[in-house]
Amino acid sequence: MEKKELAVAALQNGTVIDHIPSEALFEVVRLLSLHHSTAQLTIGNNLPSKRMGSKGIIKVADTEYPEAILNRIALIAPSANVAVIRDYEVVDKRQVELPDELVGVVKCDNPKCITNNEPMLTRFNLLERQPVVIRCHYCGHTQR
Amino acid sequence: MQTGSLVSIDPLSREEIMSILHSAAYFEQNPNQNLLAGKVVATLFFEPSTRTRLSFETAVQRLGGRIIGFSDPAATSTSKGETLNDTIKMVSSYADLIVMRHYLEGAAQYATEVTPIPIINAGDGANQHPSQTLLDLYSIYKTQGTLDNLTITMVGDLKYGRTVHSLLMAMRHFNPTFRFVACAELQMPDYYKDFCRANGINFTEHTDFSPEVINSSDIIYMTRVQRERFTDIMEYERVKDLYNLHNAMLEGSKDNLRILHPLPRVNEISMDVDSNPKAYYFQQAKNGLFARQAIICRALGIPTPQHN
Repeated sequence: MEKKELAVAALQNGTVIDHIPSEALFEVVRLLSLHHSTAQLTIGNNLPSKRMGSKGIIKVADTEYPEAILNRIALIAPSANVAVIRDYEVVDKRQVELPDELVGVVKCDNPKCITNNEPMLTRFNLLERQPVVIRCHYCGHTQR
Repeated sequence: MQTGSLVSIDPLSREEIMSILHSAAYFEQNPNQNLLAGKVVATLFFEPSTRTRLSFETAVQRLGGRIIGFSDPAATSTSKGETLNDTIKMVSSYADLIVMRHYLEGAAQYATEVTPIPIINAGDGANQHPSQTLLDLYSIYKTQGTLDNLTITMVGDLKYGRTVHSLLMAMRHFNPTFRFVACAELQMPDYYKDFCRANGINFTEHTDFSPEVINSSDIIYMTRVQRERFTDIMEYERVKDLYNLHNAMLEGSKDNLRILHPLPRVNEISMDVDSNPKAYYFQQAKNGLFARQAIICRALGIPTPQHN
């Protein structure tokens, strides 16, 4: 019998973000500020995936994220799913979902928008999910 | 946000729009009132705009209120690097209402989020200018006797013209038919055409400012085609005079037709149209005073008699 090998070690406690498109992996790393994290991290990329061909995966030990933060991932990796692990057991697993309102996540493309000229958080409303189209709450500019 | 704030025309219902227009009609009959006695209105013009500022300040004066403010931000602490947040908070401690114009888009919306007093947007960059839309609506209502079921032709710069975009959105309550007349470079953006489709609004697009279009219109809304909007100057030279209106073109037009223009005009309406009774752009500007009196009273929650 062929021995099946796990490409990435199992996690005792923490969060697994799987099925990230390979090209979006480092954007997710940046979004979660993992480059500043002191938690044990396992980051894999260009791993074979039946569904996607190639995928990335991130495991963050001893860390659970609030839903709002995880949902921001949907903006750059709508195919990703998130599993919360406690004592080697998956206690919650779901697809990331883009919230109807994005606060402080995306920069407005419009250079004349107030958000690019005043120390304040950006705010976008979701117009369409597939493909993602968002509209700036302040200047009304739409972007994809 | 204060309920009386007016940042954009979009959230206003049909009833709210009609209520403002009926107040404007009352102020046209009775322009001098003492409804703002004891009130201080701040007019903060971070970008110069003589016409709009004078109109708002006249509206306050005729309502018996007092005015503080500036028309040249170079003379304020904005030029020292003060944030909009700080300027608005500081002025809020002095005034009952802020009327503001800003060169940045979304500035008025942001202002409503940092102050407890109402904000009236007197223009934020290329974004919104709701008092212009309300005076346009008042002009249409006054000349046609209704806002319902009208054919409105928009001519010129339909791509960047914020006045036509706001008017289009406000008219969604009144079952209009639109004709969009523009060259290829300045067509109505897809966003607004999709908005029309989603709201069941009929529209047609034309590159030719033809007699058929003119003769079927109740309102012709002219706008200025600006040279700086073109990436190709040759294209500008080719189209700049295609959308000019001359008196002879109005020969077969409907009796109730009125010509509107947000002004200033350059040559898109020739001077020979001015004496035609269908020319309405100067009265339209005058209507701005009455519309702004109504907007100011609404912002401060001051009930005003309505005139139909």
